[in-house]
Amino acid sequence: MNARVLDRTLIYGSAVLLAVWVLVPFYIITISAFTPQARIFDYPKPLIPTTFSTDTMQFFVEARGVIPSVINSLLVAVFTIVFGLALGTPAGYALARFHFRGREAFQVIVLATKMFPIAILSIPLAVTFLQLGLYDNLVSVALVHTAMALPFVILVTGGVFVAVSHELEEAAQTLGCSRWGAFLRVALPLALPGLAAAAIFTFVISWNEVFAATILTLRARTLPAQVLAGLGTSPLGFKFAGGLFMALPAVVFIFMIRRYLINLWGSR
Amino acid sequence: MAGIGIQNATKLFGKTLALKGISLDIRDGEFMVLLGPSGCGKTTLLRCVAGLEHLDGGSVRIGERDVTDLAPRHRNIAMVFQSYAVFPHMTVASNIGFGLRMRRVPKAQVDTRVREGADLLGLVPFLDRYPAQLSGGQRQRVAVARALVMDAPVLLMDEPLSNLDALLRLQARADLKRLHKEVRRTTIYVTHDQVEAMSMGDRIAVMREGAIEQIGAPMDIYDNPASQFVGGFIGSPPMNFLRGAVRDGAFAGDGFSVPMSRPRVDLQGREMVLGVRAEHITISADGVPARVMVVEPLGSHALVTALIGKTAVKVQAPIDVGVRPDQAINLRFDEATVRWMDAGTGAAVQH
Repeated sequence: MNARVLDRTLIYGSAVLLAVWVLVPFYIITISAFTPQARIFDYPKPLIPTTFSTDTMQFFVEARGVIPSVINSLLVAVFTIVFGLALGTPAGYALARFHFRGREAFQVIVLATKMFPIAILSIPLAVTFLQLGLYDNLVSVALVHTAMALPFVILVTGGVFVAVSHELEEAAQTLGCSRWGAFLRVALPLALPGLAAAAIFTFVISWNEVFAATILTLRARTLPAQVLAGLGTSPLGFKFAGGLFMALPAVVFIFMIRRYLINLWGSR
Repeated sequence: MAGIGIQNATKLFGKTLALKGISLDIRDGEFMVLLGPSGCGKTTLLRCVAGLEHLDGGSVRIGERDVTDLAPRHRNIAMVFQSYAVFPHMTVASNIGFGLRMRRVPKAQVDTRVREGADLLGLVPFLDRYPAQLSGGQRQRVAVARALVMDAPVLLMDEPLSNLDALLRLQARADLKRLHKEVRRTTIYVTHDQVEAMSMGDRIAVMREGAIEQIGAPMDIYDNPASQFVGGFIGSPPMNFLRGAVRDGAFAGDGFSVPMSRPRVDLQGREMVLGVRAEHITISADGVPARVMVVEPLGSHALVTALIGKTAVKVQAPIDVGVRPDQAINLRFDEATVRWMDAGTGAAVQH
C-alpha cells in the first residue's frame, strides 16, 4: 500500500516536473509574444498578462524575409513528407510483413543513424551536397530533412502495418486482388490514419530543423534559418514572436498524433 | 467438376519440413476435414492449396487445372480465415460483394448476389453496418457469405469456428453443415477439434508432423485407427491403450493379463499395444481385475477411470453403475472391437 503511494507520487511528481520544464518557457514565450514592444523588458514579469496586443506578432510577420521563409519552410516540409513517406512506407511495410535475414540489424541501424548529432554529420554532408551541386535550394534541404525523418517514418509506419492484420491482405488476394491490389485496397486505407501521423511528425521535424537549413542555404532560407540569421541583431520581441510562431504548429500537431507516438515508444 | 488433387506436396520453413510429401485426392463436392494437433501442417497444406504459400515440391490440381504456380486470385477458390479477415473499413454489404467487384461483375448483379448471400446466412438486417458493430458470430457469417457469393467451386476453411464460444460454435457447426448440403462445394476444412471433424466431414485426413497419418470416413477412422496416435486423437475420451506382449493365448503386461479367445499366431511373442474404446469395456463379474480410481457421472452415462496393473483406462458405464473409488472390479473387453498396434511404431496391425 505504502509502496504504491510512493510509486504514484514518483510518477506524478516526475510528470509534473517534466511538464513544468517544457511549459514554463513556452508560457513565457507566449505571453511575451503578445506583450506590446515597449513593455517587453518589464521586470518582474507579470505572470498573468495585463496588456494584450498583437503588435509584436504583427511586427514579426511583417519583418523582411519572414513571409518568404515561411513559404520556403512549408515547401521544404511538403517535399520532406513526400520523400519520407515514399521511402519510409515501403521500408516500414517490409519490417512489419517479412521476416528477412538481417531484419533486427536493419532496425538497429535505422535507429543508429540518430546516434550522431547533426553537427558531426554536417561537414561531410555539406561537402557532399556542394559536390553534387545541391545547395541553396529547397530540394537539398528537404533531402537532409528526409534523412533525419526517415528513421521515425520507418518505425512509425512499421508499427502501423503490424496493426493491420496480414490475413486481411491474404483474404483480399483470395477474393481476386493481386498482392499490390490487396495492399492498395485493404492495407493502405486501414493504415491511412497512421501514415497521416507519420506525415505530421515529418512535418514537425522539418519545420523545426535549423542546423542543416542554415549551412545549406543562403538565400532560400527556411523560417528557422531566417530567424537564426537575424538573432544577434533583432529586437527581443521579434525573437519571442518568432519562437512562438515556430513552436505552435509542432505543439498542436504533436498533440494530435500523440497516440501514435506513445505506441511507437511504449508498446514495442 | 472440381476435385482437388495434391501430389507429393512438400514445404520447408527454414530447415524444418512442414509438409513431408503429402498426397491427397478430394472428390468433387466432398467435405474433407484436415485434422491434427497444432503444428502438424494442416493449415500450411490449406494455404498451399489457396496459393498463399508456395510449395517447395509437388503439385496442386484444382479440377483439370494444375494451379501449383498460380496466384490465389487465379485459382478459383474462396477462403474463410480463422480470424475471419473481415475488412473493418467496409460495410457488411461491401465486404460480401468485395470479391465480385474485383471480378468486375456488373453492379446490379453484385447487389443481387450480396443479398442472396446475406439471406443465406441471416445477415440481411446488418448489410449497412460495419464489422466493429457486429458480434463474433455475425462476423464469422460475413466471412462465410463473402466466400460463398464468389461461386468458386472450391471452398477452403481455416478453423472458422475456433474463435466462437462453445454454444455458438455448436450452432455454427450445424449451419455450416447445412450450407454445404445446399451448395455442395468441394470443401477443405481445417480444424484441431476432433468433434468438429467427426460431425462435419465426409472424410477426415488426420495429420501429424507434416504427414497424413490416416484418411477415411469419420466412423471408419474412429473404429479402425491406423495408429496409436489416431486412436488417441479421435474420440472423447480417447482410445485406451495397454502395453504388453502376446503369449500363449493371452495378452500380458505389467500387472495384468487379458485372455484372448481367438489365438493370434501372427502376434505371438511380439510387444504390442492393445487399443480399446471406453464404450467397448464392460464392468462384469469376471474378467481383467482392476481398481476404480474415479467415477464421473455425465448424465447419460458414467465415466469410470480404473487401474489395470499400472495403466489407467476409461470405461463408459451405465449411469447407475454403482461402483466407488478403490473398489476392486473386473473388466471385460469386447474382443471384436479390440485393435492391435505395434508397440514400437504405433502402427495398427491387421485384425
